[in-house]
Amino acid sequence: MDTTLLKSLSEAHGISGKEDAVRKIILEAIDGHTSDIRIDSLGSITAIKRGTVAGAPRVMLAAHMDEVGFMVSGVDGDGLLRFTAVGSIDDRILPGLRMKIGVNAIPGVVIWTPIHLGREQSVVKLANLRIDIGAANKDDANGKVKMGDMIVFDSYFGEVGTAMVRGKALDDRAGCALLIDVLRGGPYPVDVLAAFTVQEEIGLRGAQVAAQTLNPDVAFVLETTTANDIPNPLAVPDEMDEPNPTCRIQGGPVFTILDRSIIVNPRLLQFLRATADKHGIPYQLKTQPGGGTDGGSIHLANDGVATAVISNPSRYIHSPVTYLHRDDFDNSLRLVQALLHDMTSFGGTAL
Amino acid sequence: MFGGGYGRRILFDLKAHLKTLVEAHAPSGHEAPLRELVQSAWKGLVDSTEQDRLGSLIGIKRATQPPETRRKIMLAAHMDEIGMMVRDVVDGFVYVQRISGVDNRVMLAQTVMVHGRQPLPGIIATVPPHLLKNGNGNGKYPEFDSFVVDLGLPADEVARLVRMGDLITVDVPMIDLNSNRVAGKAMDDRACVAAVTLCLHLLQKMHHSWDVYAVATVQEESGLLGAKTSAYHIKPDIAIALDVTFAKQPGVPDDKAIEMNGGPGIGIGPNFHPKLYDKLRETARKHEIKLQDDLIPGASGTDAWAIQVALEGVPTALLEVPIRNMHSAVETADLRDIERCGRLLAAFIADLDKDFLTAIAWEDLKAQEATT
Amino acid sequence: MKDLIKSLVEAWGPSGYEHHVRELIRGYAEPYADSIEVDALGNLICRVGQGDGKQRIMVAAHMDEIGLIATFQEPRSGYLRFTPLGGLIHTTLHGSRVRFENGVTGVIGAPEPLGSSRQNAPDLESFYIDISDGDGAGAVAPGTAAAFWRPFEERGTRLIAKSMDDRIGCVVALEAMRLLAKETPHEVYFAFTVQEEVGIRGARPAAHSIDPDIAIALDVTQAGDEYKGERNGIKLGGGAAIKVQDPGLVVPPAIRDWMIARAEADGIPYQLELLKAGTTDAAQIQSVRAGVPSGCISIPCRFVHTTSETVDLRDVEACVQLLTGLLKH
Repeated sequence: MDTTLLKSLSEAHGISGKEDAVRKIILEAIDGHTSDIRIDSLGSITAIKRGTVAGAPRVMLAAHMDEVGFMVSGVDGDGLLRFTAVGSIDDRILPGLRMKIGVNAIPGVVIWTPIHLGREQSVVKLANLRIDIGAANKDDANGKVKMGDMIVFDSYFGEVGTAMVRGKALDDRAGCALLIDVLRGGPYPVDVLAAFTVQEEIGLRGAQVAAQTLNPDVAFVLETTTANDIPNPLAVPDEMDEPNPTCRIQGGPVFTILDRSIIVNPRLLQFLRATADKHGIPYQLKTQPGGGTDGGSIHLANDGVATAVISNPSRYIHSPVTYLHRDDFDNSLRLVQALLHDMTSFGGTAL
Repeated sequence: MFGGGYGRRILFDLKAHLKTLVEAHAPSGHEAPLRELVQSAWKGLVDSTEQDRLGSLIGIKRATQPPETRRKIMLAAHMDEIGMMVRDVVDGFVYVQRISGVDNRVMLAQTVMVHGRQPLPGIIATVPPHLLKNGNGNGKYPEFDSFVVDLGLPADEVARLVRMGDLITVDVPMIDLNSNRVAGKAMDDRACVAAVTLCLHLLQKMHHSWDVYAVATVQEESGLLGAKTSAYHIKPDIAIALDVTFAKQPGVPDDKAIEMNGGPGIGIGPNFHPKLYDKLRETARKHEIKLQDDLIPGASGTDAWAIQVALEGVPTALLEVPIRNMHSAVETADLRDIERCGRLLAAFIADLDKDFLTAIAWEDLKAQEATT
Repeated sequence: MKDLIKSLVEAWGPSGYEHHVRELIRGYAEPYADSIEVDALGNLICRVGQGDGKQRIMVAAHMDEIGLIATFQEPRSGYLRFTPLGGLIHTTLHGSRVRFENGVTGVIGAPEPLGSSRQNAPDLESFYIDISDGDGAGAVAPGTAAAFWRPFEERGTRLIAKSMDDRIGCVVALEAMRLLAKETPHEVYFAFTVQEEVGIRGARPAAHSIDPDIAIALDVTQAGDEYKGERNGIKLGGGAAIKVQDPGLVVPPAIRDWMIARAEADGIPYQLELLKAGTTDAAQIQSVRAGVPSGCISIPCRFVHTTSETVDLRDVEACVQLLTGLLKH
């Protein structure tokens, strides 16, 4: 894991539709390792790493650049900012959070009524929360921010525990880092069609266009998914049903069977499992089908594309601090590279 | 009296055109009557017309000074409206099924037209207050399932003239309000079709180097279908979608609305190309046309949403005419906003040059190419 | 035709796992098709006819059925948790039998079966599947798909089975292929599609590669003569249902009238269909590429999305005649 690269990716500000800062880092990182670098009209990067075997399948690898966040939606008379979410974020995490606003990263905080003055337990909706940037009044605030300015969680990237890293937006900057490492490695027998996509969090938009353009034979989506492997303090001892963790940290790359957006091609899934087994790479199946990924739009692009989703297990995604284990990242990288090498022996996706 | 500005230079009665459009009947999937109206309105303004395979009308005005590589701008405004359908005919009465986003709360006692073997005017029946239990039917608006259209005809006549699947639309004239405001049905989105027509009129006396593809799209209200298919048909280099948006009024949160007579809204958000937004703003500033930012953090629900991801992706912008009382029979627009929208489109098109696509390219790649 | 119906409705093929059904249909279709292909998603596409300047017509019927997929095994009890493939009706689940691909039969259980579950169907999350064999945990791993299981039965002209939705549509397509015997002035593509029940995913890529001029979807529709059901006028035994509209599709008047005129010319019983909930492959096909004017011939069906979907043989025959008539002229 190149932690310097992952740090810069994690700390870059880039909500859906405003991925410019992330794109800049990636363009520098892949420079010299690929050809045909393009930025499409939505802002996704596509690049090609030519394979060594003629006629081998053309394999798309996709990771999304955008993160969830917010936008400034207005300024109140007292200079407080109204804001609206971009992507799905739990309203319950917001009170008292720190944020960074706009290209100049102006700091702000989500205000909250002190407990002395009220103990109401009903969740306050985002529409009723405000961000204070310390502006004296409306004019003062308007001089500093404008409507539509991006807001991201104020967070930093760093080490945690013995072998974990923490930071915001590892969903899916970890996938971007993985894809960059794949491009820096090689050569591979197959053509690698890399796509760093935009606008995943608001509906898998960038991947749709990238897949329509690249028109691959097979696609792998490199994602970051929810590890919910923490105990439930409210659980009754010896209860028959236990919380379903979806996937676990250190369990290895996570293969999706299906989610809200895709049923993974069974033959391709079998190929993933066989390849992992062959190379002694641990893996796990995602045991909850929630959410969707770029795979949802890629597999339906053009005439249809056999697509699988490979995720790093990560805790607390869509919050200011997400956790990722180095072993999982390293195993995902080994797996993806093994897949690219073994792809020429893949018997096809027909069932 | 409305008609200053462009009125001195060309002969085009925007209000009369709009009135013709909004008073015509064309719910999603049944746009033929409107297509004919728009086709005749655009006749002489465009060099040729085409259709995509779902029936979107495409008017093509070729560049007056084309560059070596021809470029295409697509303008998209939808011509369908919300509507209803005959679900059943029982004892001379017509039962109703909704088609797209019709609001049941604004339908009671509305005059409607049932499009049977001949157009049949009718009314959505109501129960007199004297006979209602609890005063107002349990405090709830009736659902479409309970609507009955009364055509005032004998049962056998109705059975002969109406069958399941026939269309029902609200049937009301466009009216004038104060301050250049007009109210009627289907301002969503014929106000924007009218803006495109105005743009085509203005372009007659202007030079432009891009080919203009003006599109009246079908089936926006039932899933942005016409925008998707016409974008595929045209393969535009850039696109501007036009739709209505909420104008400020009691009951609409200020965050979700823009001012009447404040100029067209312009979409900001991931659905819209940021550089295209900048360029439209620049044109508006140069020509002193008022614009209002409209923040749309995700799905815009407009034709722009479908066009942006067509083919290999299309840089797309959204211009909006603010209206009040959306999806009612009194959708209210300000003619000056429509007029500004048309003028802005024409000015923008005239400003497009052969290097425009480079000008809106993502800067980071350009910077990188410059260094290598 | 009844043997064909029986073999198709009893086949195993939940959404995303249609391979058994595909092989079965391929076997039936082979003698009547000029060419057969399987695309990346698993759609089976059979071409009949060369076109000769006439229309390129896509006929779509989906092969998949609703089902479920095991996602998680309770570590202590061995019960399986699952997620739906398609729109399961909660009130039909308790006690239902499902079959996994390896032949293992499971039984669906509900919480508090004789208590709260008697009156109100619980959330899907609280159902579970028993696959125990009395000797260990049972041989089904998470990630395995299952289909509901009940044998085909008949009662007069009524035909009762699981997955009439949409194997009966596949039957209509296959019968039309057989009757055409490769004779049509058009270039017809019979597409047996995948993944309709999980959001109409297969039909779109299929239509993209076929690039048809017009399309006809074949699917079941909710009959309006169930006791206190949706009152939509559709009757079992009332003939082929020609779709006018559903929430995903406004059938272009020209397509609808083309079908009506054919039915009237050939004396085929038909009824007009206005559906309030649900849609079909045509909803996606219509907006592929520059647009595909699309219609739908529906087979009226009672108890849709249960293991006792009921259709009438006479309606099926009317649909076959109507489709064949349309493709012949």
